[in-house]
Amino acid sequence: MSAEGGGALALSPAPSGRVAKPRGTSRADGSARARRLGLRTVALGYLALLLLAPVAMIFYRTFEHGLSPVWNAITAPNAQSAFWLSIEIVAIAVPLNTVFGIGIALLMERGRFRGKALLGMLIDLPFAISPVVIGLSLVLAYGKTGWLGDWLAERGIQVIFSVPGMVIATAIVSLPFVARETMPVLRELGTDAEQAASTLGASGWQTFWRITLPGIRWGVVYGVVLTTARALGEFGAVSIVSGRIEGETQTLPLYVQARFENFDVTGAYTAAVVLAILAFATLIAMNLLTRHTRGKTAEVAA
Amino acid sequence: MLVLLPVAALLAKSGTGGTSQFWREISNPEAVAAIKLTLIVSAIVVLLNAVFGTLIAWVLVRDEFPGKKIVNALIDLPFALPTIVAGVVLLALYGKGSPVGIDVAFTRFSIGLALLFVTLPFVVRSVQPVLMELDVSMEEAAESLGASPLTVLRRIVLPSLTPAIISGVALSFARAVGEFGSLVLITGNLPFKTEVGSVYVFGQIQNENLPAAAAVSVVLLLAALVVLAALTLLSRWRSKHVG
Repeated sequence: MSAEGGGALALSPAPSGRVAKPRGTSRADGSARARRLGLRTVALGYLALLLLAPVAMIFYRTFEHGLSPVWNAITAPNAQSAFWLSIEIVAIAVPLNTVFGIGIALLMERGRFRGKALLGMLIDLPFAISPVVIGLSLVLAYGKTGWLGDWLAERGIQVIFSVPGMVIATAIVSLPFVARETMPVLRELGTDAEQAASTLGASGWQTFWRITLPGIRWGVVYGVVLTTARALGEFGAVSIVSGRIEGETQTLPLYVQARFENFDVTGAYTAAVVLAILAFATLIAMNLLTRHTRGKTAEVAA
Repeated sequence: MLVLLPVAALLAKSGTGGTSQFWREISNPEAVAAIKLTLIVSAIVVLLNAVFGTLIAWVLVRDEFPGKKIVNALIDLPFALPTIVAGVVLLALYGKGSPVGIDVAFTRFSIGLALLFVTLPFVVRSVQPVLMELDVSMEEAAESLGASPLTVLRRIVLPSLTPAIISGVALSFARAVGEFGSLVLITGNLPFKTEVGSVYVFGQIQNENLPAAAAVSVVLLLAALVVLAALTLLSRWRSKHVG
């Protein structure tokens, strides 16, 4: 696993480009400009064909017959229940991962113990494992024939094919974000203020709440945004551990698939557009937060 | 606990039948075809990513044009967009009834297309910061000494970018090998033709053939981890020994 950390590297605040300095001699200016224009065309053309055109297309297709079919699709009972189940899962998994992520980050940056490198690799594991494999692992651990299957069954707890399993799956796939985004900020923050506080008699909790947490809050918030986006959109792992009963254990991404496979294109497109709008909101939040943290934290992805 | 217990259960399951069962499961022709297809398409996709990702990073850092900030922000869209939505979105333009007359649905091209979409940000985002730190005076010096743009690229720019490109490629590969959500709708999951490893695993889980699912999972997991580790070591070695 990369030491730079899969997630941290790929999901660090988007660096904005620096203004290119004018360069080249006057003789080469013409061909340099032509070259630059050519590269720009290829790069933007690639992005347009791969990214922009398909996304624009789905918005067009969803709204091409006006608003009433869209409204009907949104208010369909199964769409509503899928939406609220997604929200419910996010509402449990995200706070869980936030607390856990801050804890892990503190442990990694402030603690001294053996096996730290191993823990670092372990946190990144969910990025390297296929969601399908995560789903399968959960079935093997908590399912009927799984390790804890009998123990859970005796107590009447059903994990697999029900909401608890879906929450666990979501929590695992979105586990690394908060820890990965908080760690560099924590490192940057240093321990001076914390040491000063404890010298002046502050307890561990006081130091954490009054000094550490305010210092890392934007890193944490950035991690939470990424966690939420990932949790809302998770498909593979959740689809394995959910029973996929319409109106009961179907999240919004699962609903998109079910509608599509039932040839209800409007229903699928509408739900997809709702998720896409949430994705755009995530992008906007990421950019606002990057602006907020710039200058305070060094480039994370160096 | 949350991560380790399930993964341990997975390894245990793939090992319960002994090595002979493990081999039987992964030498099943359908499994072999799926694993092979996954690795080949992923390899092609990451090579394309290396080229286009670096190019896009270059344009975002060195070029100036209106709307650049928006383009820069859009690069992360594949990370923010749920994978199933990525599949639906690609089908809307490049699937049946395509308004541009391109229909790749249920073909092997569709696998590549979906994987290119979901892995787009990796190389861009790992090359971009390195390119921003890169001093242009070296390039200017080479240019004024008469080096052609191609020579500057090959001798000065690429050597400093290589570690970043490699680590972006490694992350793309790990992601591509395990990708599932964006592929289920667009590839049609035809065995021996468009069925990739993760989809095969999913199918075996649905058939309650857990040993087969576990065996192929372990192979996919190992492939991703080995490539990730190898490329990380390579890029670390390079950054130590080159420039």
